[in-house]
Amino acid sequence: MREPRWLPWARWIVLGSLGLFTLVPLYVMATTSIKPLGDVQGDFHWIPTTISLQPFADIWRTVPLAHYFVNSLVVASIAAVASVTIAVFAAYAISRYRFPGRRVFSVTVLSTQMFPGILFLLPLFMIFVNLGNTIGVELYGSRTGLIITYLTFSLPFSIWMLVGYFDSIPTALDEAAQVDGSGPVGALLRVVIPAAMPGIVAVAIYAFMTAWAEVLFASVMTDESTRTLAVGLQGYSTQNDVYWNQLMAASLVVSVPVVAGFLLLQRYLVQGLTAGAVK
Amino acid sequence: MRIRKLATTALAGALLLAASACGDDGGSGGPSAEGGAPKTLTYWASNQGPSLEADQEILKPELDRFKKETGIEVKVEVVPWADLLNRILAATTSGQGPDVLNIGNTWSASLQATGAFVPFDDTLLAKLGGRDRFLGPSLAATGVAGQPPAAVPIYGMTYGLMYNKKMFAEAGIEAPPKTWDELIETGKKLTKDGKWGLAVEGASVTENAHHAFIFGQQHGAELFDASGRPQFDSDAQVAATKQFLDLMAVHKIVNPSNAEYGNGTQAVQDFTSGKAGMLMWQSIASSAKAAGMGEDEYGVAPIPLPDPAQGGKQVNGMVAGINMAIFKHSRNQDAALEFVKFMTSKQTQQNLNKVYGSLPTVKDAYDDPAFQTEHIKAFQQILATTAAPLPQVPEESQFETLVGTAMNELFADVASGKQVTEEHIKAKLTEADEKMQAGS
Amino acid sequence: MVASTTPRPGARRGTGAPDDGPQRSGGRGPGRVAALIPVRLRRLGLPYLLILPAIVLELLIHLVPMLVGIWMSFLKLTQFFIRNWSAAPGAGLANYEIAVDFDSAVGGSLLRSFTVTVAFTVLAVGLCWLLGTAAAVLMQGSFRGRGVLRTLFLTPYALPAYAGVITWSFMFQRDSGMVNHILVEQSGLLDERPFWLIGGNSFVALLVTYVWRIWPFAFLVLMAGVQNISDELYEASAIDGAGWWRQLRSITLPMLRPVNQVVVLVLFLWTFNDFNTPYVLFGGSAPEEADLISIHIYQSSFVTWNFGSGSAMSVLLLLFLLLVTAVYLVTTSRRTSRA
Repeated sequence: MREPRWLPWARWIVLGSLGLFTLVPLYVMATTSIKPLGDVQGDFHWIPTTISLQPFADIWRTVPLAHYFVNSLVVASIAAVASVTIAVFAAYAISRYRFPGRRVFSVTVLSTQMFPGILFLLPLFMIFVNLGNTIGVELYGSRTGLIITYLTFSLPFSIWMLVGYFDSIPTALDEAAQVDGSGPVGALLRVVIPAAMPGIVAVAIYAFMTAWAEVLFASVMTDESTRTLAVGLQGYSTQNDVYWNQLMAASLVVSVPVVAGFLLLQRYLVQGLTAGAVK
Repeated sequence: MRIRKLATTALAGALLLAASACGDDGGSGGPSAEGGAPKTLTYWASNQGPSLEADQEILKPELDRFKKETGIEVKVEVVPWADLLNRILAATTSGQGPDVLNIGNTWSASLQATGAFVPFDDTLLAKLGGRDRFLGPSLAATGVAGQPPAAVPIYGMTYGLMYNKKMFAEAGIEAPPKTWDELIETGKKLTKDGKWGLAVEGASVTENAHHAFIFGQQHGAELFDASGRPQFDSDAQVAATKQFLDLMAVHKIVNPSNAEYGNGTQAVQDFTSGKAGMLMWQSIASSAKAAGMGEDEYGVAPIPLPDPAQGGKQVNGMVAGINMAIFKHSRNQDAALEFVKFMTSKQTQQNLNKVYGSLPTVKDAYDDPAFQTEHIKAFQQILATTAAPLPQVPEESQFETLVGTAMNELFADVASGKQVTEEHIKAKLTEADEKMQAGS
Repeated sequence: MVASTTPRPGARRGTGAPDDGPQRSGGRGPGRVAALIPVRLRRLGLPYLLILPAIVLELLIHLVPMLVGIWMSFLKLTQFFIRNWSAAPGAGLANYEIAVDFDSAVGGSLLRSFTVTVAFTVLAVGLCWLLGTAAAVLMQGSFRGRGVLRTLFLTPYALPAYAGVITWSFMFQRDSGMVNHILVEQSGLLDERPFWLIGGNSFVALLVTYVWRIWPFAFLVLMAGVQNISDELYEASAIDGAGWWRQLRSITLPMLRPVNQVVVLVLFLWTFNDFNTPYVLFGGSAPEEADLISIHIYQSSFVTWNFGSGSAMSVLLLLFLLLVTAVYLVTTSRRTSRA
């Protein structure tokens, strides 16, 4: 693509300001995490006057951070993988087939995105409890219940996005694959999925983050042993004190692996159509 | 309902698969999980100490002792305040919850109305040592008058006026203020050089609701009439609210920044860090300790009472504290009662209230010298003589939310320099009143 | 992982042997449908099999609870009855009547909250989309620091919502916050320290915080969309002599349209229903000026124990969102199909 001469400048200015906007809170977070609590509560300073790594040691004692982290990681990862898998199949059906009920299904699925969580929190909770009693599997308070809830939360959007991505892949590609002897599912696995990889990764990140960040349902549906980070971090704000420095330190610590994971996934995100043989 | 059951059955199969794949975690679900062996109790404790983990550590020796005495094991979960009410609601709705739990005592009547808790009738109370063993005011905050308590008090507290002794000495003030005029005068003396007379938590719904009650009582206002209808906008309540707001608006002894304090710790911080000389609060013992403020650096006095000639009630504190309740769904009610008995026993009361800086709720626990300190005695005196429980009506939590929110907004108006008149206050309170009536 | 094993073998069963030659039409070319009935049957069943797991989960988690929620809105469901819903007396339309009586205190504040939410949603979605598109488009091609920037941009989204929002509330504090430090002490733009967490400015605080947290999502999805555009299109148009602007207008933006359609819609729905940001930023009770509807409903049901009334408000909200979505889908898909 030919770039006009002003583009690097525009890029620099726009992306630079966006970077600054993104960075400043992260900077505040990082510097706050190395201040003693007394300094944090005092006036704001860009450069910490006293540096203390104590918060990074204290965070593990104030709340069982490692435990919450593992909970969140397990819940969010399983939910993300399951959600994307289910969404890929559903999206493939919608993108490649015209079948009765297709429109109804897609509109219904999308419309579930508008359900206010407040409205179905209590009913869902009751269903989980009753279902748990019926089939003898504990859904309330367990990770399973949370995983099922979260993977469903991300489904509508994932399906819709993937339909969009799949639609942008020429059908000639899967037809070619089917000529080569693959069934429709083979074509999906061998051609469509690789070609839609950026979209799938984006959707997986989305599904992961939905589960990673959700607060309301987690606060009701978890107990101490299954509490997720999103809820658990509130433990730094106690009856007596808000441990700002520990809160920021903990946020940083738990975000590092996630950001690192994003970094790894980026490779797939930029891969684009290079995986597809035919363009 | 039928639709739900149908769908439930239809989906069970699909879920079984999912559940068996990752149903390994320890989501123990309360009483039903233990079916046959009633030797384990689940207990939701509220966050009383510096952190959830600290609470676990504080409770552990007591629970160990309980196990040694009775053979009953207690699985405790410390539930953060942000989640506690939602968790209780969910447990009430579904019947899946702990055997025993802590509740904020102001929720007592509201939760009592759900019928989810075992009522402590005289037979049960007798097993705990009888009604008279408990502090009267604390026991009054356990549910609607005339009904058996829905819970029993375990940690007691009330409001007092903390004052910074050093700041008082520097300003040449000899004694804590006894009347509101004195408090304003004292506040004005303290307000200088970026320091303020009094700190308030102006954006905290609960603090504001409590103060609305205390000030209202002093003006002779009743938030609910005899038939239980709200009357938040009575002239007396409007005057009371104005008196509270005027500490910031007219007398300017409260930092306007206080209007955004809402997480329940910032006013305390202003006090412990010496930014404000006075504070109307419950016990601040552990916060003060954490902030490095020694117990002898501040005093506890009663919040000023109104001039008896003015009318109104001689009330300067609300009965605060934590109550303990037994879930009706519990299959281990006997063991649960045993545990409540343990938690209200002299020894446990002394041990826990000592650590938490709260007041024992049973009279026989006070012989410990730890409760003879100046601060504790001051609080105890207030609780015993001039504290009143918030209205024990089922709609109490609505009252706190609606009136507390109205006061948040009023504080915001004051802080941004708006003229807050009685009409303005009345309008806000009338709105709260109307919302309350629409909901009931 | 759990559910991933279900559809695959199922799907294979549906398609039959892997050497299914006649299926190559893939459903898009109806003219080439094979005459073999069993294959057609299998083909007919396949899409349903593919969407089955999604249907099951949507029913369980969304639709059935939602129906229960709608049923709740016709009950007088206060604390007296939450333990045994079936004993709750029917309320008929009373819950709705209170909510839409805009002269009453309840209806009036619901309407105000609704207005605030609409304004907030329009601004927030617009900003998120604009920033996301700008960044996605400008990050096409390769330049130094691209990977670093991409990671940086995604970081706010990777933080747990609570952590990000609480940091902003920390920075918005009047006395010891960073924002006032810049505005008052460092730049001297203002003499008086403004409040951000209460009063009129709280709307701005909420907007900034929300956009900071959510725009990376728009960026992520749009970037993936941009990646999916074939290079050949650009190459071909470059041969035709198209410049950067023309490529942007005639290739990038049109190709992003299906993605845009969903992104904007989903951002809209999310923003309208956003609960976490105001809840954490203002500590449970939002100031009037930033009283988003879901917080408002939370306050009037969970906190005040009136689930019937809260449900009625939620249903009204749902109806509104359904309407907007329907209108949106009709208008945008007409545009898309013309494109």
